[in-house]
Amino acid sequence: MAASFFDVDGTLVRTNLLHPTAFYLANQPNPLRSVLSLARAAAGAPRMALAEMVDRRRFNELLFAVYKGISSDRLNILADDAFEASMRRAVYPGARDLVQRCREQGHEVVLVSGALDLLMDRLAAHVGATAVIANRLEFQDGYATGKLRRPIVAGPEKARLVREWAKGRGEDLDECFAYSDSYSDVPMLSVVGHPCVVNPDLRLEKLARTYAWPVIHLDRGGKRGAMSGFLERLP
Amino acid sequence: MSILSPAALAARPSKVRSTHPLVVTLDQQSAPRVLFSGDRLLEIDLPAGARVVYPRPPIEALKDVDAAIRYALNHPLNCDPLHAKLRPGMKVVIAIDDVSLPLPPMRRPDARERVLTIVLQMLADHGVEDVEIIIATSIHRRMTGEEVRHAVGDRIYDAYWPDRLYNHDAEDPKGMKLVGATDHGEVVELNRRAVESDLLIYVNVNLVPMDGGHKSVAVGLCGYRSLRAHHNPHVMRECWSYMDPSKSALATSVERMGRLVEKALNVFHIETTLNNRMFDRPLEMLHRNEDDWSGADRAAYKGLAFTLSKLPQAARQAIFQRVPSPYGVTGVFAGECEAVHERTLERCSSQYLVPLQGQADILVAGIPYISPYNVNSFLNPLLVQVMAQGYLFNLYKGAPVVRKGGAMIIFHPCTDHFDKEHHAPYVDFFHDVLPQTRDAAVMHKEFEEKFANNPAYIEMYRRGHAYHPAHPFYMWYWGEAGRQHLGRVIVVGADNDYVPRLLGWETARSFPEALAMASGNKRDPEITMLHIPPIVMADMAV
Repeated sequence: MAASFFDVDGTLVRTNLLHPTAFYLANQPNPLRSVLSLARAAAGAPRMALAEMVDRRRFNELLFAVYKGISSDRLNILADDAFEASMRRAVYPGARDLVQRCREQGHEVVLVSGALDLLMDRLAAHVGATAVIANRLEFQDGYATGKLRRPIVAGPEKARLVREWAKGRGEDLDECFAYSDSYSDVPMLSVVGHPCVVNPDLRLEKLARTYAWPVIHLDRGGKRGAMSGFLERLP
Repeated sequence: MSILSPAALAARPSKVRSTHPLVVTLDQQSAPRVLFSGDRLLEIDLPAGARVVYPRPPIEALKDVDAAIRYALNHPLNCDPLHAKLRPGMKVVIAIDDVSLPLPPMRRPDARERVLTIVLQMLADHGVEDVEIIIATSIHRRMTGEEVRHAVGDRIYDAYWPDRLYNHDAEDPKGMKLVGATDHGEVVELNRRAVESDLLIYVNVNLVPMDGGHKSVAVGLCGYRSLRAHHNPHVMRECWSYMDPSKSALATSVERMGRLVEKALNVFHIETTLNNRMFDRPLEMLHRNEDDWSGADRAAYKGLAFTLSKLPQAARQAIFQRVPSPYGVTGVFAGECEAVHERTLERCSSQYLVPLQGQADILVAGIPYISPYNVNSFLNPLLVQVMAQGYLFNLYKGAPVVRKGGAMIIFHPCTDHFDKEHHAPYVDFFHDVLPQTRDAAVMHKEFEEKFANNPAYIEMYRRGHAYHPAHPFYMWYWGEAGRQHLGRVIVVGADNDYVPRLLGWETARSFPEALAMASGNKRDPEITMLHIPPIVMADMAV
C-alpha cells in the first residue's frame, strides 16, 4: 500500500494561512471587533514576518494567537464560508486531477498542512483527499485560547507526523509520495520514496534538480519554468 | 583513391566485396574516417579491407513545393479530393507530427507549415471554421510554444496557439475516447476531439520508413493503453527491422489498429518526404567519402573539430541545435492511408537504401548528438542505448548489417547526465529499475505498469515538458532486437565505466583496443562502418 502526502498552501491552493485568518477576523460578531482584531493582527505582522523567516512553527503560533476569544461555534459556522471565500476558487486547476490520479493508484491521500483542521476537512472533501493532518486550535469553555494543540504541524514536525501516520497504517514509506512547494517541507519530502516538488521557488527547485526529484507546476498551466534551462546547467 | 583495385581485391582474403559505389572498401592509403562521438567529431583509422557505407547524395528537392501540395490535395490516391470532403459547419481536426520529426529540425518553412497554410486556406474557402490543430505527441513530451512556432510558422501560430493549436494529452481523463479493439485484442483509444470530428486530416513529415502510414493516427493520437499492444519486448523482438514495415511485428500491429481507425473515422492523409540534406556548408562534406574531400573540406573539418574540442558541452550542444537542417521536400502524397504510404516508402527507399552484400562480424558507428527524443536537450545514456541498439542497428532491410552474435563498436562519452525536465522519469528508470534488471520481459512484467502510472511523472508529462513515465521503458524495449542479436557492444570514449556497465556494454580506451576485443580469436574479421549521419540504410543481401 502507499499514500500520497500533500502540503496545501502554495501546493494545491494558491492561498496561504493568512487568507482564511483574515476572513475570520473580518467576520467578527460586530464591525468594531472586526476592526480591532484586524488592527491587532496588523500590529503583529512584523513579528510574524520575522518568525516566518526563522521558524515556521513560531510563525504558526503567532498567527493563530489572533484567534483568541473566537468561539468554537462561530469558527465552525463560518468554516463553510471561509472555505468558499478563501480556498475553493484558489484550488489550482490540476490539483483535483492529481489527487484523483493518486486515488486511482490506490493511494491514501493525506493533506498535511499548518492550516486549521476545520478548513482542511472541507478542502479534503473538495479535492478527494482521504485524511487530514492539520493544526487544531485549543479551546477553553468553548472559546479559542489563541494557542495550538500539540503537535504543531509545521516544518520538520511534518516529517515526524507523516512517518507516524504511515507506521500506524502499515504503509511502506519507500512506496509513498509527498508533494510540497516549500523549502521548509524538505524534511517531509525526504522521508518518502517519491518526493515531488510543486510550484517551487528557486531554492527548492535547485534542490529538486540536484536530487532529480520531479518538479511540477500546477500554477503555470504547463509552461516550462523560466529558470529550468539555467538550473539544468548548474553543476 | 580508397576503392581497391581488382588486383588488390583478389589478393584480399575477405569474403565480402564492395558492391556499390557508396560501399567503400578501405586500403592502406585511405584517409581516416570521420564520425560523431556525441557532440564531437573524431577521426578513426579503420583497417584495410573494412567497408564503409556512405549515404546516398540528397535527392533533388521539388522545385515548387506549394504546387505539389495543391496537386496532391486535388489528385489524392484512392479517395476524393480534399475539397470534395468539405462542407460548411463541419468539425475538422488537423493532426501534425511532433518535434521528433524531422531530425534535426528543418530550416523554415517547415514542411508542416507549407501544407497547413494551403489546407487551412482551403478549409476557409469552403466555410469550414471549426478547425483545431493537434500536435500528435502520443506520449512524447509536449512541444514548447517556440518549437510549435518553428514547425507551423508565425501566421498559423499567432492565429491558433494555444486554444486551437495544442499538444495531444494522452492522460487527459476526459480527452480520450475508445474506438474499438482489433481481432488481436489491441485496444484503440484516441484523442477524443479527433475521434469526434467530421474529418481528420493528418499532416506528416516522413523521414524514415518507420514513420507515417497507420502509425500517424494510431500511434500519434493514442495513449498508454493502446501503446501497450505493440510497445512491449515480445513485439519488439520480432522486428527485422523497424525500418522495414513488412518485417516488423510493430508495424503489423500498428497496421491492424490503423485499419480499425480508418474504418471508424474519416481520415485524409497528407505525407511529405524529405531528402537527407542534414548538413549545409561548412559541414556538407560529412555526406561524402573522406578520400574525396578537398583541401577546403579538410580545413573546415579540422577547424570545427578543434573548436568543438575546446568548448564546454553546453556550447557544443548549442552549436548543433541552433542550426536547422536544409532538408528539401522530395514528395507530397495525399489521400487514403495505405496508398499514400506506399508512395512515401518508395521515395524513402530511393533516398536511403544502399545495397550491401554479406554481413559483417563487427559493426562500427559513431553515436551523434541527437535522437528523436532529445531535440533541444541532452542525449542521455538511455537514449545512447536507443541510438545504438535501436536505431543504428535497425538501419537495414533484409538482414542486419552485423551477423548474429557479432559485435558493435560505438563512439560516445556515455555521460551520466539527464535533462531534468524532458527526461525526468528516465533518471528513476536508469538508476532504480535498470540496476535491478536488464531483462526487458521482467521490466515489462514487474515494473512498467506501476512506473507508467506514477502520478508525479504523469503530471510532469501533462503540464510540463516531460516524456511520459512509460517512455523510458519503451526506450529500453526499442533496443531489444539489437540486444538479442548482438554478441557484444563495446564503447570507445566513455567518460565513465558504470553507465556502459549498466547498459550491459563493455568499454575500450581506444579504437584499436575495441577492435581487438571485438575480433576475439578471429584473425580477419569483416568490419563495416555505417557513415552516419546523414541517414543511410543497408539493403542487405546475405
